[in-house]
Amino acid sequence: MSVKQISVFLENKPGTLCELTGVLAESEIDMRAFSLAETSDFGIARIIVDDVYKTTTVLRDKGFVHTVSPVLAVALSDTPGGLNEILQCLSAAGINVEYMYAFLGNTPGKAYMVFKVHDPAGASAALSGCGIRPLEELTVD
Amino acid sequence: MERYYQPEIETASREQIKAWQDERLVKQVRHVWENVPYYRKKMEEKGVTPEDIHGADDLRKLPFLSKADLREAYPYGLVGVPLRDCVRIQSTSGTTGKRVVAFYTQADIDLWEDCCARAITAAGGTDEDVCQVSYGYGLFTGGPGLNGGSHKVGCLTVPTSSGNTERQIMFIRDLNTTILCCTPSYAAYIGETMKEMGLTPDQIPLKAGIFGAEAWSEEMRQDIQKTLGIKAYDIYGLTELSGPGVAFECSAQNGMHINEDHFIAEVIDPETGEPLPDGQQGELVFTAITKQAFPLMRYRTRDICVLSHEKCSCGRTHVKMSKPRGRTDDMLIIRGVNVFPSQIETVLINQGYPANYQIIVDRVRNTDTLDVQVEMTPEMFTDNMGEINNRQKALVDGLRAMLGLTAKVTLVAPKTIVRSEGKAVRVIDKRKI
Repeated sequence: MSVKQISVFLENKPGTLCELTGVLAESEIDMRAFSLAETSDFGIARIIVDDVYKTTTVLRDKGFVHTVSPVLAVALSDTPGGLNEILQCLSAAGINVEYMYAFLGNTPGKAYMVFKVHDPAGASAALSGCGIRPLEELTVD
Repeated sequence: MERYYQPEIETASREQIKAWQDERLVKQVRHVWENVPYYRKKMEEKGVTPEDIHGADDLRKLPFLSKADLREAYPYGLVGVPLRDCVRIQSTSGTTGKRVVAFYTQADIDLWEDCCARAITAAGGTDEDVCQVSYGYGLFTGGPGLNGGSHKVGCLTVPTSSGNTERQIMFIRDLNTTILCCTPSYAAYIGETMKEMGLTPDQIPLKAGIFGAEAWSEEMRQDIQKTLGIKAYDIYGLTELSGPGVAFECSAQNGMHINEDHFIAEVIDPETGEPLPDGQQGELVFTAITKQAFPLMRYRTRDICVLSHEKCSCGRTHVKMSKPRGRTDDMLIIRGVNVFPSQIETVLINQGYPANYQIIVDRVRNTDTLDVQVEMTPEMFTDNMGEINNRQKALVDGLRAMLGLTAKVTLVAPKTIVRSEGKAVRVIDKRKI
């Protein structure tokens, strides 16, 4: 089980990020999660949204280079060791994590993690084996 | 079957071409001596008179003309006939900010249009074709030259001029345009726009393109041919000599035949001014032997190329010039290394980047910096930062191998590099030297 993440190419200069968020705001797209990776001259904004089709259409129309890739989203308890439990499970299954980022929802005591791995299906199966069920869509409540 | 517009001239024997050149040069030198005091003075300074010129072999006795002479003699100093005999002027597009004004009699226009008609015919054009001229019309020679040539061939001429790309595409589709004439960078842009509209090459009626007025690489040709589904032919010329059509490509697509019945070509060592043999790279120099109003003698073009008299498969006998590597004034000297934008273009296209790029040269703490900006494309983009970094590094390596110096490569967002409808602005030199 994986969710779709949209990665957007951005130049690393003032205003580009704001252009992206402006376009998303205008189209009333709700972002569930957001993370930014950057080098000195460009960056990749990684977002998870409520409506992937609408978002990619808007991005294409506005000329943003982007790509969609599957990532794993997992809800975990916001307590010490919560993340460790998941990583232990992936590590035992030999799954390499390319990158990950965390965000909080509205529910007290719950945190959410997004994992990018080479083999989302394998990782998903491994997590299920550990009794952890990846989210099918990111509805944060 | 190879077609020629003027077969008896285009396939004449070398002896015949030499005879025309000998006779016409002798006559032209006399014409210039009598009617262009500016050049006569130059001849006198060099101790040459028309009596010293017996044929094309004596060409090297004559003094050169350069762009500086054109500026000094501006506007009438090199005009060879009374203004009442002139019917038109054309002027350079002014990329360097210094305008050249060239004059034409009706006969000059006719021979110029003949040259363009030869180019269109060599690209396969006949009176069955629809020829869309998307070069700028006006002072720039591109539009008027190809327009005239297209008429002479009998093509249905569509004078769109440059710009308004959507309308260009509408005419191409609605009127079944088969031949497109414009700058290569504009052809690439039209191709890019068609692709965005979802058009595949088989949905585009074009079969040939005649692209010139700026230096372009072989890789860019392949790219345009693929996108538009056409054969792309190079055409060469300069306002000082009439305009496009001084030389043109044939079906062999490996060099441009110079119209030697009108222009004598030499390649010289740009440092010493000495003529160089076939196959050696140097600066191209032209002598106009039939033009009346603006009869330039030994005009230094600043274009770097190679001449070849090898027999061509198309049957034409006129000498061929290689694709100019670039004008000497396009050449950048970066940290002491000569760099032509066309070399950078070759590396970019070989690595799958689009032909839209910009070269920014600056000087930081007394060291020249070279920044090549290319647009990120949907095909190249990935969520994997490492992969993008590797591609970037491969490009830096490729540029280092080609240029012998390290360039910075900056990936920019799509459509941020300004598209050109005429001559592309490839280089921004911020150095204050």
